[in-house]
Amino acid sequence: MIKFLPLIRRMVACLVFLFFLFVFLDFTNLLDKQADFLPRVQWIPALISMSGLLFFLFALSLLFGRIYCSVLCPLGILQDIISFVSRKIRGEKKSRLNYVEPSTIVRFSIMGVALLTFVFGSSLVVLLLDPYSNFGRIASNLFRPLYLLANNVIADIANSTGNFFFYKVEITTINMLSVLTTAGIFLITGAFAWFRGRLYCNMICPVGSFLGLLSHFSLFKMVFNESRCTHCTLCEKKCKSQCIDSKNGHIDQTRCVTCFNCISACKSDGISYRISLPTKSKAVQKEEKKSVDNMERRRILASTGMMLLSIPLIRAEQLANTSKLTAINRQTPIAPPGAKSIKEFSKKCTACQLCITQCPSHVLKPATMHYGIEGIMQPTLIYTTGFCNFSCTLCSTICPTGALKPLTIEEKKTTQIGIAHFITENCIVYRDETDCGACSEHCPTQAVKMVDYKDGLRIPKVTPALCVGCGGCEYICPATPYKAIYVEGNGIHLKAEKIEEGKQEEPQVDNFGF
Amino acid sequence: MKRRDFFRSTAFLGLASIFGSDKIRAIGATEMAVAQSPDLVAVMGGEPEDMLVKALKEMGGIKKFVKKGQKVVIKPNIGWDRVPELAGNTNPKLIKKLTELCLKEAGAKEVIVFDHTCDNWQKTYKNSGIQDAVEEAGGKMVPGNDQSMYREHAFPKGIKLKKALVHQAILDCDVWFNVPVLKNHGGSKMTISMKNLMGIVWDRQFFHSNDLHQCIADSCTIDKKPALNIVDAYRVVKTNGPQGRSASDVAVLKTLLISPDFVAVDTAAVKFFNQVQAQKLEDVKHIFNGQNLKIGTTNLDAINIKRIKI
Repeated sequence: MIKFLPLIRRMVACLVFLFFLFVFLDFTNLLDKQADFLPRVQWIPALISMSGLLFFLFALSLLFGRIYCSVLCPLGILQDIISFVSRKIRGEKKSRLNYVEPSTIVRFSIMGVALLTFVFGSSLVVLLLDPYSNFGRIASNLFRPLYLLANNVIADIANSTGNFFFYKVEITTINMLSVLTTAGIFLITGAFAWFRGRLYCNMICPVGSFLGLLSHFSLFKMVFNESRCTHCTLCEKKCKSQCIDSKNGHIDQTRCVTCFNCISACKSDGISYRISLPTKSKAVQKEEKKSVDNMERRRILASTGMMLLSIPLIRAEQLANTSKLTAINRQTPIAPPGAKSIKEFSKKCTACQLCITQCPSHVLKPATMHYGIEGIMQPTLIYTTGFCNFSCTLCSTICPTGALKPLTIEEKKTTQIGIAHFITENCIVYRDETDCGACSEHCPTQAVKMVDYKDGLRIPKVTPALCVGCGGCEYICPATPYKAIYVEGNGIHLKAEKIEEGKQEEPQVDNFGF
Repeated sequence: MKRRDFFRSTAFLGLASIFGSDKIRAIGATEMAVAQSPDLVAVMGGEPEDMLVKALKEMGGIKKFVKKGQKVVIKPNIGWDRVPELAGNTNPKLIKKLTELCLKEAGAKEVIVFDHTCDNWQKTYKNSGIQDAVEEAGGKMVPGNDQSMYREHAFPKGIKLKKALVHQAILDCDVWFNVPVLKNHGGSKMTISMKNLMGIVWDRQFFHSNDLHQCIADSCTIDKKPALNIVDAYRVVKTNGPQGRSASDVAVLKTLLISPDFVAVDTAAVKFFNQVQAQKLEDVKHIFNGQNLKIGTTNLDAINIKRIKI
């Protein structure tokens, strides 16, 4: 039975991985409001949102060790897949690993920086290091475009034969910054996995380091059976965490991800997974001593944190000077509905991009410098290829970190994420003196309304109190090179006036009128 | 069917089968329409399905427009993510009945329904009730928000709009029906049958930035005219159009207007609408632009109108 554990672990991991992959690739909204099911069972999102699932995650780790890393973490599973491919290509012999000493200083420094900067109000380090969010970005920035391309080829073929089950989807939710950053992170994690198994998880990943500390207290552990072990090093060579010191009969519990490979590798029952109460290994003792004594390291941590905090906000500003037309100069970015306050939102968002991939209107896109350097790749509304659907609440309900608070449809309809601003001199009606009204047509609340102008023409007028900031007007405005209407974000989301339901009329009309 | 009609149609069918040409068949149908049927039928007081059947009967029945084995397109207005009660889109019951008539009574090979929607197309198709209605009736919904489905088409008679990308469903079908819903409109004042053609075109922003009313009229000069314009006025957005923002913008008027003439049916619709919400006909400029392009007449006294009250 025990020999089947790696197989079961692999099967569960594969299912979890396929689910995650599907969540981030799917463009049909098949999962709808259930898309957040597994993303919520992730350490960083659960910690940030302080969700009840923390109990489950703590219980899981305190019982079984770092099993999260093996079967729940999508980035961990992805690394296992990369290692697997690497083994097949490079051959078993070349892929063998040996015990190495832990990189204690590096891993806990990184964890400390992530923790400190987060506590001091910057999510940037966590954003860049959270394994779940990194997987989300890898899937949505690197895999998803390929998936959409393949879909579009299939759709083309199907459509040409009269089948419209498949439909094309434009790739509009990535940008240079998010793709390049993600590609960089993917290359680094991929290289680690290709050559060194789970080194990334045991050196860089702050969740891995945290669980390393936690797993020291876990009930079940990998333990040598000293009477049976022949010190043959078979287990050591199979250990992707490089945490088994076969010769000395020592297992570094802080790095063990509970993959069970050692158990299946052992031919003499020399290692088993059983209840074992915490004992302090040498490595841990050493490291604890350090973490208490090493004031030097604390200073490094603090200064790194402060440095990150002091990075000034950089915003891309368009400078354009034309005599008659006015360029759009948006001061505040537009945060997704449910963000409540851009500051609070940006602190909690880890840019996993789940909302970006699920947004049916494709209006959520990764930010560049919209929220400053600390908010890179977090979702922002950009109205170039779409606008926010008036009665859609999907992004707010699936956010696993709680950066977006769930909204009901009624709340959403009065949530003002920004306000439309009209620039008369850019408007077609003003410039060409012809009817247009595209903006008003797209306005679900008639905050942008056509009012009498001259010679039977009508021109847009904005009633800010009614505007929800959906961006329908900005998206559709045909004026070039500068739109005549645009949405200025609300730093703190406000409440728009509610549209009264009203009753439909049944007027008495007995004649046709012609 | 009258005996005379029967002989005539047999003669045309015979001719058509001898020459095997679609054109002859089409000419036959049009000439018969001129000879037999009213130019415009207006029905009031019934459910959408009943009014459609009555109106089509006056026009000579669905079989006059759709022949067995033909590919049919129905182009409703499915612009907005709105439920049927808010009347932002054509009434789904009307579309369902028309789809059924084409498939079951006339024996069409297929019925395709699409619109280039303004709101998200999946939500709009679904929440308008039209997707379900069409699929229940055996028709097929086709996306309109994919540029690769549009092909360049010339509008030689257009003044501002000389060419445009037109949805392939329209270009490739044998016959199509233009089925708008009557609504107030912030930009074009009214949206009826002529304005509904903006939904067969890809680049609508061109219309808005190049004299909206003229471009609307130009688009109606398309060589492939709809067999009929079927104007749904069962529920009407009278204010805050074209979306309307609540039920108080909607009036239930239980009326249907049908005509092959864009200009005449839109003129009639504005006059009808004016009874519940003031709207000067002359402000709906695209109707007059259409008349100037000779695609129809605003002079309702000069045409044969059949009015029916249920």
